[in-house]
Amino acid sequence: MEAVYSRTKTLNGNLLGFCPGCMHGTVFKLIGEVLEEMNIDSSTTAILGIGCCGLAQEVVSYDLATAPHGRACAVATGLKRANPDTIVFTYQGDGDLASIGLAETIHAANRGENITTIFINNGIYGMTGGQMAPTTLVGMKATTAPGGRDPGQHGYPLHMAEIIDQLIAPVYIERVSCNNPANVRRTKNAIRKAFRNQIECRGYSLVEVVTSCPTNWGLNPGKSLGFLEENMFKEFPLGVLRDNTEVK
Amino acid sequence: MSKKLFLKGGEAIAEAAVRAGCRFYAGYPITPQNEIPEYMARRQPQVGGVFVQGESEIASVNMVYGAGASGTRSMTSSSSVGISLKSEGISYCASARVPMVYVNMQRGGPGVGTIQASQQDYFQATKASGNGGFRMIVLAPSTVQEAVDMTYQAFDLADRDRNPVLILGDGVIGTIMEPVVLPEMKSDEEVAALKAKHHGWAIVGHSREEKRGFLTPGFWSTDSLEAHCLELEKLYSSWEENDVQVEELYLEDAEVVLVAYGTSARIAKSTMEIMRDEGCRIGMIRPKTVSPFPARSFDRINYDTCRCVLDVEMSIPAQMLYDVRLGVKDRAPVECCLRSGGNLIEREDVVKEIKKILEGGGR
Ligand SMILES: Cc1ncc(C[n+]2csc(CCOP(=O)(O)OP(=O)(O)O)c2C)c(N)n1
Repeated sequence: MEAVYSRTKTLNGNLLGFCPGCMHGTVFKLIGEVLEEMNIDSSTTAILGIGCCGLAQEVVSYDLATAPHGRACAVATGLKRANPDTIVFTYQGDGDLASIGLAETIHAANRGENITTIFINNGIYGMTGGQMAPTTLVGMKATTAPGGRDPGQHGYPLHMAEIIDQLIAPVYIERVSCNNPANVRRTKNAIRKAFRNQIECRGYSLVEVVTSCPTNWGLNPGKSLGFLEENMFKEFPLGVLRDNTEVK
Repeated sequence: MSKKLFLKGGEAIAEAAVRAGCRFYAGYPITPQNEIPEYMARRQPQVGGVFVQGESEIASVNMVYGAGASGTRSMTSSSSVGISLKSEGISYCASARVPMVYVNMQRGGPGVGTIQASQQDYFQATKASGNGGFRMIVLAPSTVQEAVDMTYQAFDLADRDRNPVLILGDGVIGTIMEPVVLPEMKSDEEVAALKAKHHGWAIVGHSREEKRGFLTPGFWSTDSLEAHCLELEKLYSSWEENDVQVEELYLEDAEVVLVAYGTSARIAKSTMEIMRDEGCRIGMIRPKTVSPFPARSFDRINYDTCRCVLDVEMSIPAQMLYDVRLGVKDRAPVECCLRSGGNLIEREDVVKEIKKILEGGGR
């Protein structure tokens, strides 16, 4: 029988430790497939943020370093500037990218660093157990906002794609999700485009993936999808915010 | 080749770094070390290197982590309060075994302190430069020439050990002008070869047949991290044997032994020379590496003649004092001559302390 589907070679077969219903695994699979299809996995380095993504460090086959919490875009800047031929991407959660690493994120984007950022927005701190993130929705409960996010105390969710869209330098900004097969395909296309931009030296690309966190949302995977579609997508609408890919 | 140039400390260090093959520098402005980033901004593009003004010290040190992780000779610099911000990144480099060199031109502290020279970061430099109990070789130049030579050497040490190396200067070393002879410029081929040597572990991409580059200061297994710590400990203890650098003067007949490093050592040394001319038997230990600390030099003091060891440093409260006491092991009393906050020690301060000891009678 002809094999029509197999695991990407960029995943080494070690078990992924993500919770049921978590989308980190899907995104790592998509990244791996893109790298393999574009035949760039042997020249690619991942800079992981600190968070649940660390669970993938021994699962992917390409080069990898872990950055201090929030500093992935600075580490990527140094690596890419010193090694323009290496394909460098950062992979960061919302606490990492939008809270502690806000300065590094915005300044790397503003310098137009020729890197790719994959931003996993699950509206909560996953790894540390459900604390409030800068992207937590108004009213959404977190262990450090037991009464739910209250704008009077905590302000409003940060819209990172829109914030970065205020900058002149970035070439490509898209918000996607992995809640159904069509969106998984869109996510893969967005990731491919973001890497192609880097190969063609166009500059900074951001792919924000809005995802669920069943464990820390306190919902089962099915209900998490419902919450994602009804609430997260309202706050973080999917779509292309900027695409200067064809402009030279 | 051995032409003498008249250079400012910070610029001389930057040029020495470039000559040693440094091709990546990132830093953030702070006095008294701005000469280094400003020089690098002009110089790196001339040699095909990279200069980035980071948005903060935190960003800068992490850029160096990224560049150093590719085997590129990389450097950052700052002063005191800015060095505090770099500490997490340096700890990551030490754990991930990323070679890098950084400079601290110490200024008065704590807090934002003053912009004048001090030696108030001794503990931070030698004992706890970040979390986790890692160690570094810390070179403490006393002259601009020494700063140049140590910078050149620092990159070799960082490469050899795959560990951060710190040049511990101060506001005087950073801004003073002195005649120097610069080391040889490494050729582009040499610089490329130095980088290529690291290809095995560097995170620049590896073919599917090769072992991947994998640098993570994060571990899921406590046993793996403990094994890593044991590995690091082996490295650190090798320095005691091989890497101590020290200047020892007149230990065989000294009645008073001065201990000082960096800028204080200049003042202590000239005091010693003047007083010896006047017939006072003064000696000196000048740590050139404050880590590893030259503890064994204190075994070479003649405790039959030595009445006191005088710790001379620009820090109140004293910091190097504790290493001095460990070296002396109660074989002589230890006194201090201190200034702080950005105030320089003056020769008269040292003379006064020595006279007090000498006039104080026998042991
Ligand atoms: C300097 C620092 N502060 C705090 C932490 C603890 N910490 C680990 S992961 C994390 C948050 C992760 O949340 P997020 O970035 O949203 O990623 P997720 O785990 O949800 O994927 C925090 C605060 C740390 N490792 N380092």
